[in-house]
Amino acid sequence: MAAENRVANASAIGETTEELVAPERGWFGRFIREARRYPLFPIALLLIVMVIPAIAADWVAPHDPKLGSLSAKLQPPAWMEGGSTEYLLGTDRVGRDILSRIIHGARVSVVIAGIAICIAGVVGTSLGIAAGYWGGWFDALVMRLVDISLSIPIILLALVIVAATKPSMATVITVLVLLMWSRYARLVRGETLAVRVQDFISRARVSGASHRRIMIRHVFPNVFNSVIVLATLNVGFVIILEATLSFLGAGIPPPQPAWGLMVADGRVLIASAQGWWVSLFPGLAIMLVVLCMNLLGDWLRDRLDPKQRQV
Amino acid sequence: MQRYIIFRVGQSILTLLVLTVIVFSLARLSGDPLDVLLPLEATNEDAERLRAAWGLDRPVHIQYFTFLGNALTGDFGDSLRVRGRTAISLVLERLPNTAALAGVAVVVAILIAVPIGVLSAVKKDSVFDYVGKVIALFGQSLPAFWLGLMLMWVFAAQLGWFPVSGKEHGALSYILPAIAIGWFQVAALMRLVRSSMLDVLDTEYVKLARIKGVAEWKVIWKHCLRNAAIAPFTYFALIIGSLMVGSVSIEFVFAWPGVGRLAVDAAVTKDFPVVQAVVITFCLVYIVANLLVDIAYAYVDPRIRYS
Repeated sequence: MAAENRVANASAIGETTEELVAPERGWFGRFIREARRYPLFPIALLLIVMVIPAIAADWVAPHDPKLGSLSAKLQPPAWMEGGSTEYLLGTDRVGRDILSRIIHGARVSVVIAGIAICIAGVVGTSLGIAAGYWGGWFDALVMRLVDISLSIPIILLALVIVAATKPSMATVITVLVLLMWSRYARLVRGETLAVRVQDFISRARVSGASHRRIMIRHVFPNVFNSVIVLATLNVGFVIILEATLSFLGAGIPPPQPAWGLMVADGRVLIASAQGWWVSLFPGLAIMLVVLCMNLLGDWLRDRLDPKQRQV
Repeated sequence: MQRYIIFRVGQSILTLLVLTVIVFSLARLSGDPLDVLLPLEATNEDAERLRAAWGLDRPVHIQYFTFLGNALTGDFGDSLRVRGRTAISLVLERLPNTAALAGVAVVVAILIAVPIGVLSAVKKDSVFDYVGKVIALFGQSLPAFWLGLMLMWVFAAQLGWFPVSGKEHGALSYILPAIAIGWFQVAALMRLVRSSMLDVLDTEYVKLARIKGVAEWKVIWKHCLRNAAIAPFTYFALIIGSLMVGSVSIEFVFAWPGVGRLAVDAAVTKDFPVVQAVVITFCLVYIVANLLVDIAYAYVDPRIRYS
């Protein structure tokens, strides 16, 4: 009977839970399962592809990411015919080293994703707690803003912003914050509503704590886990969005080494079948990072906040 | 029910109004809007024409209402790049191409996602299930524009099976861009099909069908899938937004003559009237679609009306 219930729960919740009841067979299943239980694999990959390059780009990168030599333009990767070990992943149309640009691009991605998620998280969490705690007209106002923000297709708004201003890092971050704050606000408000009615809140109030103190010391710690999980799950999404904007010419301006921009550099070459490596490698970098962040986020969610699974 | 509809319609109008305010003020953020609105090589005549047409010498709130009034009649001014064309006519001319591509993308997504979703539910922990899981994992990690480029590289540039870009080659030219746009939907749709199939497989009427001796394929594809299709179907409301995002970057990759590409070109070349026309048209489509879907849900599921 109990087992049946668990099966029913598992199928209601979705895909991850039936791991509880059904042992997975085959090396691949075991591999995925292990990678999910202890996310060593994504963490290690993230260190190699994103964290170490982002911190130590200046020392790790073999060449200057912005400076190319025209004599070495469009060199294929080292293992191909005509490639040299000097440029491991080849060079682009103006002879810049692809590997160095990917390494420096990691820094751009990390900085943008970090700043955007921090601002959106702080703004969204504060508004969410305040709205959920106070209720009333303030709650109504914030929730209307959330609805509006969620129903405007953000990539279009980004295009307007780009048409009106110059593309820059600040513009990209603004767009990303505008897109994301509402997700945090909605999540946190919901959690706050549940926390607010609990006994320890009224007891804190009775013992003389101010509203501000209650929000910061009693409500915030209770919603913090959810915020961290959402933030981790958001990183991949933000990196893809930033890359898309840069790819469209609406994000990081050239000659900055941003991954999306690098893929865009190779677009013409792909169509004419000349230099596939210019677009392939930065795209792989995006994919690996996002994949790892998603795995890490799933793991963190299962550990810290199983409730969110259903969302 | 009426209250709910009125509330939702009001909300949609409010959203549209906020959007027009944003678009309106963005053009005026950086000092003289003509600096933003006009490309560098614009003539004085262009400037004067625009100044008069937009009434830029009048107070801001009057300017906004002029803008709003014009927008309501679909008048966003003339394109600054394509001589002698209004912005809205450029948009309307390309809208069918975008809609056609998005439609094919949805069909492609269904054709891939439903069979894998069904099979991975019926044969849980089999090869299909793993394939499904891998697709789900990669579906969320691959940037659409990069996938499009890689498809173009392999199947168009190297193998030559499909045209590299444009839509001049009939049905063939739809395939690659449609896969690139639909790919992201595949992952989400497949997981939904799988989990709702797992629910349905467990019900009494499916057991009864089996006891009656109905052939297994018929049980799965007819009895189960029909019932399991409800949840994934509702997901299509959410799809519209991401289809639009997809169409913007994929139309750009494949030089598809649609609204998405028009939007990118106009934004990069600072053709502001066209950008405004695209954004407001797209958002109108999106908001109206969401509104209709919500009202349809409210009819189907009374709980929504009261929440």
